[in-house]
Amino acid sequence: MTEIKNSNWKLRKGQIIAAKQMTAAEKWFDIKLEDGDLDHEPGQFVQVELYGVGEAPISVCSSPTKRGSFELTVRSAGRLTKHMQGLGKGDWLGIRGPFGKPFPVKLMTGNDLLFVAGGLGIAPLRSLINYVIDNRREFGKVDILLGCKTPTDMLFGDEIKGWQKRLDVEFRCTVDRSDPDWKGNVGLITSLIPGVTITPEKTFAVVVGPPIMYKYVIAELLKKSLPERQIILSLERHMKCGMGKCGHCQIDHPKNYYCCKDGPTFTYEEVKDSKKL
Amino acid sequence: MKSWPVSGSEVLPFLIFTAFLRPPRRAGEASRPLIEYNIWAVSVIIKTEATSVNYHILRKDKLDGFIKSLARKMKVCAPVAKGHNNFAFEEVSSAGEIALSYIPTILPPKKYFMPQREKMLDFDLTGDQPKDAANLEAPGMAIFGVHTCDLAGIQCLNMVFSEKPRDYNYILRKEKVLIIGLECNAYCDGHASCALVGNHYPNGGYDLFFTDLGDRFIIHVNTQKGEELVEGMGLAKANPADMSALDAVREGKKKAFQNEIGTELKDLPAVFAKGTDSKVWKEVGDRCVSCGNCTNVCPTCYCFDMADTINLDMKTGFRTRTWDSCQFGTFATVAGGENFRSERSERQRHRLYRKFKYPIDKFYRSFCTGCGRCTRTCMAKISLKDTLKALVAENK
Repeated sequence: MTEIKNSNWKLRKGQIIAAKQMTAAEKWFDIKLEDGDLDHEPGQFVQVELYGVGEAPISVCSSPTKRGSFELTVRSAGRLTKHMQGLGKGDWLGIRGPFGKPFPVKLMTGNDLLFVAGGLGIAPLRSLINYVIDNRREFGKVDILLGCKTPTDMLFGDEIKGWQKRLDVEFRCTVDRSDPDWKGNVGLITSLIPGVTITPEKTFAVVVGPPIMYKYVIAELLKKSLPERQIILSLERHMKCGMGKCGHCQIDHPKNYYCCKDGPTFTYEEVKDSKKL
Repeated sequence: MKSWPVSGSEVLPFLIFTAFLRPPRRAGEASRPLIEYNIWAVSVIIKTEATSVNYHILRKDKLDGFIKSLARKMKVCAPVAKGHNNFAFEEVSSAGEIALSYIPTILPPKKYFMPQREKMLDFDLTGDQPKDAANLEAPGMAIFGVHTCDLAGIQCLNMVFSEKPRDYNYILRKEKVLIIGLECNAYCDGHASCALVGNHYPNGGYDLFFTDLGDRFIIHVNTQKGEELVEGMGLAKANPADMSALDAVREGKKKAFQNEIGTELKDLPAVFAKGTDSKVWKEVGDRCVSCGNCTNVCPTCYCFDMADTINLDMKTGFRTRTWDSCQFGTFATVAGGENFRSERSERQRHRLYRKFKYPIDKFYRSFCTGCGRCTRTCMAKISLKDTLKALVAENK
């Protein structure tokens, strides 16, 4: 028997240093790795191993500018994420990664940014938004559009209040269904896009949300003459190995991208010929 | 032989001599500078020497001794008849157990490189924080009688798993395997399409390669590991008559093996690029039962699943990798419920794009090796050759 010291299946050990229930289905975790920083870039993901249960790919929702630990927001959806709801401070996890192609932050430098997040899409996008806020002078105008099903589904509520107060970002939000206390917009996220002023030649739009949202949001952005390669998406697939091998995340596209390695972030130009976004 | 460097006066007569050794000039071909003839002559001399050095002869009645001697050194696996024209790679200890004339085995030799179930990680939760280790058990072994289609399959997997991030389980396992190929002098059956992908001839990927010359095998030695083995067994070197016999076998195969679908491999990626919405996929999808047989028996299908097992002590456990299939209904489903390939037609299309489009773009090589296993095993009798022909007819 030989031990494979450099096996890519070996896990980094992460301890939960803080956890908070955000909504009925979503829980937030702050995780400290015993071997140092995660050293990720905005838009990347990690494989979270719950020993004995299995592994699942989760987007990192904190910016790399936050050092010492990283954050995940996990919706109870599959087997592993259901188990994660029961975890709290002090519990250990196995972590592989970071994996995936990050958002093209260097290309975005000097440009106006339009962030469009639907539902849990705010989690991966938050890693970029907070990165941009921490490096605010590198970028032009910043608009954030957020859509949720109902006001109680809104994630990162306290932080969002901070974004709303800032003078250097423009934040707008809408809900599909209102409740008596809600005073904001009601309607689909696409309804917010016509209200944003876009200079097509120097704007990057970053869109993250459920697959159904992409079609309609992209149509609105194209109406605004935004070039296809300045529309950045983060696609969802089941990235089982994270190393471009297991086959689960491969996209039905003439180029057969592996979402875990060639993505999850893509320009719309790259993936517009996909059967599904 | 004199060692280099040699002086100019020694080289000059050689250059003049070799300049007269001209390759046959084809009609209409212009005469070439003398130096080209020098290069040609040297290459012929080197090649002739190399070919006679790298070929050995094993009389057929000595095969049993060869296998037994090999089996004393390491585990030997070879094709074994299982009845009803089925064959399987299994451990053998003598030549009598081996089916020398066999159609592709039920499972390709992929199972020795990427086992159906493989432990990737052991973990231990007894301490304050979890511990894990990646342990590999891969004893040395030899696979005898690997056809050229399956040699190609192993080469495909080598490319995939050596690509970063590397899969060390595969790589370390591979390094422990001695591969002995066996040439097909005739077609195995009508399902194969090895001529389409150029795998009816050996394209490397072996340590030793056997070709049947009637009463004897001629063995091509391709690696130092193979050389040491045949040297150790004292096998005679091939003589010019053996080499001519080998050439005759190869020449005969040119006629016997013809492109099975009438379209060149190099033209297929363009056909696939056009064919994403082809009606072929719906026809195939309507018949497919999503059993996953085609991918399990494919020598280049490597998709896998990972799963944890916790031991009864609830403190220790392990992670295993098992073969998975893109043909299964939930293969591309995410936790939220969205299924990115919910239709059988989409999954069948995906399988063939993974053989004829994506790998040709990425690795410059077809991931269909032409073995014909997917057609042979299909419960719905979906034929790869028919699917390709229909796709070509629709998207020429």
